[in-house]
Amino acid sequence: MKIAVLSGKGGTGKTTISASLAYSLRNSQYVDCDVEEPNGNIFLKASLTEREVVTVLNPVVNDDLCTGCGACQQACQFNAIVVINKKVMIFDNICHSCGACKIACPTGAISEVPREIGVIESNSSNTFMQGKLNLNEPLTVPVILQLKRKMNKHGNVIIDSAPGASCTVVSTIEDSDYCVLVTEPTPFGLHDLKIAIDLVKQLKLPFGVVINKAMDSDKSIQSFCKKENIDVLMELPYSKEIAQNYSKGILPVQYSKHYKDEFIKLLATIKERII
Amino acid sequence: MKQFVFISGKGGTGKSTVVASLAKYVSNKALADADVDAPNLHILLEHEVVEKTPFQGAKIAKIDQSKCIHCHKGYEVCRFDAISKDDVINPLKCEGCGACLLVCPVNAITLHEELTGHVYQSNLNGEHFTHALLAIGAEGSGKLVTEVKKKVKELINKEDYLLVDGSPGIGCVVIASITGADACVIVTEATKSGLSDLKRVQQVADHFGIKTLVCINKYDLNNDVTKRIEEYCKSQNVAIIGKIPFEPLIMKALQQLKTPMEDDRLEHIKNEIISLWDNLIKETK
Repeated sequence: MKIAVLSGKGGTGKTTISASLAYSLRNSQYVDCDVEEPNGNIFLKASLTEREVVTVLNPVVNDDLCTGCGACQQACQFNAIVVINKKVMIFDNICHSCGACKIACPTGAISEVPREIGVIESNSSNTFMQGKLNLNEPLTVPVILQLKRKMNKHGNVIIDSAPGASCTVVSTIEDSDYCVLVTEPTPFGLHDLKIAIDLVKQLKLPFGVVINKAMDSDKSIQSFCKKENIDVLMELPYSKEIAQNYSKGILPVQYSKHYKDEFIKLLATIKERII
Repeated sequence: MKQFVFISGKGGTGKSTVVASLAKYVSNKALADADVDAPNLHILLEHEVVEKTPFQGAKIAKIDQSKCIHCHKGYEVCRFDAISKDDVINPLKCEGCGACLLVCPVNAITLHEELTGHVYQSNLNGEHFTHALLAIGAEGSGKLVTEVKKKVKELINKEDYLLVDGSPGIGCVVIASITGADACVIVTEATKSGLSDLKRVQQVADHFGIKTLVCINKYDLNNDVTKRIEEYCKSQNVAIIGKIPFEPLIMKALQQLKTPMEDDRLEHIKNEIISLWDNLIKETK
């Protein structure tokens, strides 16, 4: 089973929940798809011995064949190509590597060369995998897609997604068996949870909600979920103890038997929902 | 006019709470929420929407099934797995690159403007406030951020400051938020993840030549990490302009839709915010 953990709002505890699930589920693979800021390994502490670069194809122009006709500029929907005085300028950072310019070029002057934009790191047993976008690179999707190609096809996989609801999150969660939406009891948490729910509903994925930092002073998430008939899978309390351990890179399941049991229960609940 | 952009690297460090608090304190300013995936400022700040505009920042391919001869050339050429073997386009995967159009022998495929999201122009007690909401799973979030910032700049007249609430991460949305800023304030927290993400986003801002300043939230959660953040900032010549303690009452204030500036129990936090602002002004003179 493939469980994706996501959240509209950042910092609600997505990594805490996904890493705790992976830690509690024997023989599972944890995949950190939050490639802009991967943090799972601060907690899971895998020894990352394997490394594979992520490359994208960027066009290059053979000046001998180029006539400066501008067909490539016209074909590029991302404004990554500009032709000035019959000279072609290519902006690699915003190129989406779609290959349209190469198709459009009437003289075959465009070829493509790989360029590194990120890296995939894993441990030798492949129970931990993370993608990391290189600094100053804008496009996350190629890193996520390569991670997903390398992901275990069978067995249990826990996916830590990036926050938000953009194309990045879509590519992360689209073929998972179940989505866990992590939120917190603030007006921000509720607002962004609704966005995340719209996204998983549009993708027609089964999902449930985990309320992190749960407090008696705000039950808005519980009442919203009840009204909408949405499963609340678990509540993790607001606690300075959890926060302090988190700050040191320690998950609740790594120091408390109580929380370990809670996460085993959560896994059982998710398994029931999938079947 | 000075433009200050608040980012965090890691999400949930308190960036929007700091910006909303400053919005209550600073006068003669304009405000923009550039966290288009999960915009939150409008929830805390009472405002009146003056204008809501759809924004089309991306295109999407459509196949006219009555013309399609099922040659599968589009399927073969698409690098985003957006065209199925039976020649149907998945709008969530299509990046609108147009490669399929170029190979279609019967012109059955066309590109259409796609809704990226909506841009809102609001009145915040007589001041300008722009925000946006990305359409679910949409392409072009970076362009939407640029649009939100463009809109507020068109409205600005004699304001002294533009405060921009950025988004977590280091990718296209963040790069679009920090473009043109006079300074970036990175709101981090005293956790290992906070430190790790601070380093990455600080280097990105540095690469684009934007001055960075740091605010450490929940600094007393882990004094050891706070010390390491301070050492890192010193090594990078980055000034720390604020330190906010771990305070559960902040969350309770937010639950009542109040910023720390409006809660009597949070006088100490209010003072920290004011001192952060004073330091920000000093550092950017």
